Amino acid sequence: MRLRSLQIILWIAATAAVVTFSAVRWMPANDDTSIAAPAFTPTFALADSEGRSRTTAEFRGKFLLVFFGFTSCPDVCPTTLSEVAQVMDDLGSEAGSVQPIFISIDPERDRRLGLADYTKAFHPMILGLAGSEAETQSAAASFKIFYAREADTSSPGGYTMAHSPGLYLIGPDGAWLRQFTYGTSAADILSDLQSRF
Amino acid sequence: MKHFLLAAALILSAPAVMACETVTIGDLTIEHAWSKATIGAGRPGVFYVEITNAGSVDDALIGIATPAARMPMLHETVVKDGIASMPHAMSIPVPAGQNVQLSPGGYHGMLMGLTTALKEGDSFPVTLSLKKAGEVTVNVDVLSLRAEGPDCADAGQ
Repeated sequence: MRLRSLQIILWIAATAAVVTFSAVRWMPANDDTSIAAPAFTPTFALADSEGRSRTTAEFRGKFLLVFFGFTSCPDVCPTTLSEVAQVMDDLGSEAGSVQPIFISIDPERDRRLGLADYTKAFHPMILGLAGSEAETQSAAASFKIFYAREADTSSPGGYTMAHSPGLYLIGPDGAWLRQFTYGTSAADILSDLQSRF
Repeated sequence: MKHFLLAAALILSAPAVMACETVTIGDLTIEHAWSKATIGAGRPGVFYVEITNAGSVDDALIGIATPAARMPMLHETVVKDGIASMPHAMSIPVPAGQNVQLSPGGYHGMLMGLTTALKEGDSFPVTLSLKKAGEVTVNVDVLSLRAEGPDCADAGQ
């Protein structure tokens, strides 16, 4: 009987997981046009490398370039952060109106490995944030992005993170503007930003 | 021992632009072997290379080994339905008459358990295991963290 109840609970949990997963997968604006994206205001409250809580509210007035990733990721994350760093360099005197933010989806390990060392190696203006597990989930849900830990014996620590690799642009009023899909060149991101100043 | 091997490898390797060096084994040409600088040794490094198969027999890259890392493995970045994941690649096909690139956003070697942090300007050897052609060692050039690939005069990139 106890086993039966457990089975039922597990089935309900599995169904809920599938529904949530499908919802999260379908909701993000996967196209890279700004027209299709509905207006919404993503938020986060996450600790920076010095443990201070940083929230979306403090960045009003600036454009935010937000990327979710993890620092043990050798290929995707450095590629995107390099593009962001190039954009910041190329913005020149306008760089002050853009705040690039890297949000860790593997916060415990990234805090241990050192988040600021990592982001600063790409560009000193990139702000790295790593909150608690719950805060991270909440931020990801708010940006309508997907991430999940996957067991993988061929990765460091026996796991890797699957995640939405897009770069998200938030306007000075806090509203979502668009996504730059993975692989968008620094030049394209730059010209999009410059058209908005 | 590993430290010694790595140190020896670093000392013996010339400071020239190794990534532009070409190595051949049978009908295979291996070039543009490069890596990116790492922040410390706690995070994995990456390995990129280009293999051209000028022969008429299909081959495959089935493994990599290097004194620079305890656990080097082949992986592939896959972006599907807007989600990026990085499965282990058991074998990377190098079909007859084709050119295969391990490059950012696709196939790559993941160098776990780095013996030491990789610094821009360093180089280290990587031995490629090919199913048919056997083993071949290339020198890998460590480029900057933000590099997109080696800048070779032969316009291979």
